[in-house]
Amino acid sequence: MKLELLFAPELFLLLGSLVLFFLTLGDSRGNHSRSVATVIGVINLGLCLFCLHQQGELFYHAYRVDLFSQFFKLIIAAGFLVVLLLGRALKGVRDGVRSEYYLFMLLSVLGLVMLVSSVELLTMMVALELSSFTLYLLVPMRDEATGERAQMEAAVKYILFGVVATGIMLFGMSYLFGLTGTTYLSYLLPQLRFMSDQPAVLVGIVMVMAGFFYKLGVFPMHFWVPDVYQGASNETTAFIASVPKLAAVALLIRLVTLVMPADHNMPLLLTVLAVGSMLYGNLLALVQKDIKRMLGFSGIAHAGYLLLGLLIFKDAGFATAIYYIMGYLVMTLACFLVICKVSAQGENLKIEDLAGLHHRAPLLALTMAVGMFALAGIPPFVGFMGKFMLLTQALKHGYLPLVIITAINTAISLYYYLSVVRVAYCTDTEDRPMVPVDGLTRAVSVVLMLLILAMGLAPSGILDLATSAIHGMPGGPFL
Amino acid sequence: MDFLILNEGFRTLSALLVLPLAGAIVLLISSSVTFARLWTLLITTIIAALSLPLYWGFDVSTARYQFGEHLAWIPSLNINYTLGLDGISLLLVLLTTLLMPICVLASWKYIKTRVREFMVCLLILETSMLGVFIALDFVLFYILWEAMLIPMYLLIAIWGGPRKVYAATKFFLYTLAGSVLLLVAIIALYIKTGSWSIPLMMGQEYSTLFQTLVFLAFFLAFAIKVPMFPFHTWLPAAHVEAPTVGSVILASILLKMGTYGFLRFCLPITPAATLTFMPYILGLSVAGILYGGFTALAQSDMKKLIAYSSVGHMGFVTLGIFVLNTQGVEGALLQMINHGVTTGALFLCVGLIYERTHSRELDAAEGIGKFMPIYITFLAFFSMSSLAFPGTNSFIGEFLILAGGFSQSKIVAGCAIPGAVLAAAYMLRMLQRITWGAKSNPHPEILSDLNLREVFTLAPLLVFVFWIGLRPEPFLSVMHTSVAHLLEQVHQATPHLMTAANLLP
Repeated sequence: MKLELLFAPELFLLLGSLVLFFLTLGDSRGNHSRSVATVIGVINLGLCLFCLHQQGELFYHAYRVDLFSQFFKLIIAAGFLVVLLLGRALKGVRDGVRSEYYLFMLLSVLGLVMLVSSVELLTMMVALELSSFTLYLLVPMRDEATGERAQMEAAVKYILFGVVATGIMLFGMSYLFGLTGTTYLSYLLPQLRFMSDQPAVLVGIVMVMAGFFYKLGVFPMHFWVPDVYQGASNETTAFIASVPKLAAVALLIRLVTLVMPADHNMPLLLTVLAVGSMLYGNLLALVQKDIKRMLGFSGIAHAGYLLLGLLIFKDAGFATAIYYIMGYLVMTLACFLVICKVSAQGENLKIEDLAGLHHRAPLLALTMAVGMFALAGIPPFVGFMGKFMLLTQALKHGYLPLVIITAINTAISLYYYLSVVRVAYCTDTEDRPMVPVDGLTRAVSVVLMLLILAMGLAPSGILDLATSAIHGMPGGPFL
Repeated sequence: MDFLILNEGFRTLSALLVLPLAGAIVLLISSSVTFARLWTLLITTIIAALSLPLYWGFDVSTARYQFGEHLAWIPSLNINYTLGLDGISLLLVLLTTLLMPICVLASWKYIKTRVREFMVCLLILETSMLGVFIALDFVLFYILWEAMLIPMYLLIAIWGGPRKVYAATKFFLYTLAGSVLLLVAIIALYIKTGSWSIPLMMGQEYSTLFQTLVFLAFFLAFAIKVPMFPFHTWLPAAHVEAPTVGSVILASILLKMGTYGFLRFCLPITPAATLTFMPYILGLSVAGILYGGFTALAQSDMKKLIAYSSVGHMGFVTLGIFVLNTQGVEGALLQMINHGVTTGALFLCVGLIYERTHSRELDAAEGIGKFMPIYITFLAFFSMSSLAFPGTNSFIGEFLILAGGFSQSKIVAGCAIPGAVLAAAYMLRMLQRITWGAKSNPHPEILSDLNLREVFTLAPLLVFVFWIGLRPEPFLSVMHTSVAHLLEQVHQATPHLMTAANLLP
């Protein structure tokens, strides 16, 4: 009984994907698949909540169930459910493959859920590939009319960059294995600390981390981001932009704990990556016209902010990073909710297409404004609290120049976030149609807005949970 | 927590913060326009009534923070919800609470579209403005300080004039960009002291370099807000495009946050740096006074004229603060209130004409004295107050500031004197043209005199003009102890630097 409970969310998702697989054989329009997927999403959320405090190890210690993994599974489940709900109409996906769309998305979630529990390099690899390859498939499923062939280019870029990142990661794993003779993180950890003066250790770890930098869109592994965001259908982008990044952060935290806290090279490297991501993302976002592309660049910048939490090698920093990525998930989903609803046929939106949104759909306009202000890091929203705590932690450990650069970046980023709000609130509709908003969308957007506000005003609960999750990790006691 | 006198019983300060928000939430549910107006008026009036006991219950004999409240908020980071009031913030809080009902009345007919949303913005704005003045925890302060920009941005960007989007964006970017480094300074202070409590950050031994950096971050944020010359360029744009009430709030309350910031943070937290930078800031103040005066003299747009006059008036306030003696600081504090009353009233007056002629041009308002005698009476008194005519409120403030200025540095004060003359020149020029001006205004038929509601919006402000002008003691008495304590903090920390400052001619 205990064993099943440990593995319950994964088992359930596997079962769900089998059901969806049988549905793909008949249900080409995807109506049943949608309902089934939504039900799976809801039950999965409940299961993850139920299994939150499970503890244990499976599969010869390759698979670890602890508060850290279960906490991430819960957030992934919540994010998955919201993505399902906001993309219900699946406007931008070809009619014939909608059923398969749900199947692959579910499999990708399964991969991510397994990824956060993997504490062995090969398990990690397998889980990552499961989540990645299904994701690669989602991108070209966009229909011709709205994708304008950009989806094919995006898919090719996504898969090529993805495979390269995986290759680098495997290369790094071979280093680690060669140095220690083991692939288990729990055995790697003490051995690597013992030989931390060898440069090969750092090279190996960084190369493994590169695979997750790719998922998170950290400079210089960011090249896929703008094109894939733009080329994939709105629903797919909402997924790519949110849920996989959670797992990437989880794994980055696991890997960073392999490094000796006293090591100087790793913080330096992460600092460089953080500054590069912030500057690159924010400066290029300034000139974007396509809103998804802009959010892509903004995502790169946010990945840079997030690295601030990782590079100080303290439990408080990791906990803040977890808090930040949760906040980022909520803020991004709020923005994508609006994009998915405003886009009538699933086409890409220019920023100017939001004109007069306050009149066409007041609630969506408010959601967009809250999301954008939150992403810009304006209080009292979660984006502010997250950034504030990251800055506090970084400054506490003496990264004054980095903190100042981050603050300046916040100022730069204001312009493009504000311009979206400006278009939504201060322009005329110019014959753009009203946006129909159904009850479910209303509910989801209100919930997302309340979450953005509540997480910003009362971060304590999440922080405490995240901190105890960090302490429960194999590397936790060393922090 | 010996700096705070905890409030037993009714938590007035929390009520001041929560009530507007609660009112805004109720408004979100309702849909009637009339209800929105009446409800907002009711809420703001209740808040004004609630805030009056703060004055009566205020203990003038102590410099500690009164009516204090203290709750843990984010324990892991030692962030608390701390509120308190001292002689520096008391009058600003009262100014805010008393001005808000007037603002609602003034927007009664002026705002015709999206009334409900407008009122929601006003109420949220009130919460954050009050919060800035009563927060004693730096994180709480910063959150409210920045959150305030959102409703203000919307006020200008949605209900503003033709170039509203440009003005609102400039306002938002300018002020927010100025305060991102403030955040870094706050965090740096926290790391030094281990606490976010503003009073606990005062009177600490910081190194000179640290003080200088923190002071510069503070200065940038607050100087943009004031706005001090040369950071003032957002102000005329925002004022001109904002709706009347937006201008009133901007001039009367938002600008005061900058000078409040100087008094609350720069002086007591970084006294050494304050003294180092004092001569430069005095120079900028004088530049602002003269620049504002000369520019106002050349304006044909009434709102722009008053906006530039604000730059000059606020120059007097910063001058008073940075001469660092009792008269100067008390005069500056009083002048903050005066400017809030007088300039707010002047913006209301311009708004009243705008509602009738739909123009802010001085030319279009020429010679309306014949048709609107009551209006002209009000305008005349407020203009007199603006140019610091003896008997009105601004006279007391400017007199104290200049007196303080002379005892610190004759040259600086002497340079500021022409500012007072300039104020007389530009205000009298405006008044003369509006009252007599051209022989006949082309549109006498639309120039109906003030109705009862409009008289009610202006009359309370006029009362304060004369009350402060003729008997300032009730207003000055509440600030004596706090100002004395503040100056003590500055001078105690830096006795050797004080002598250097005295060498200033």
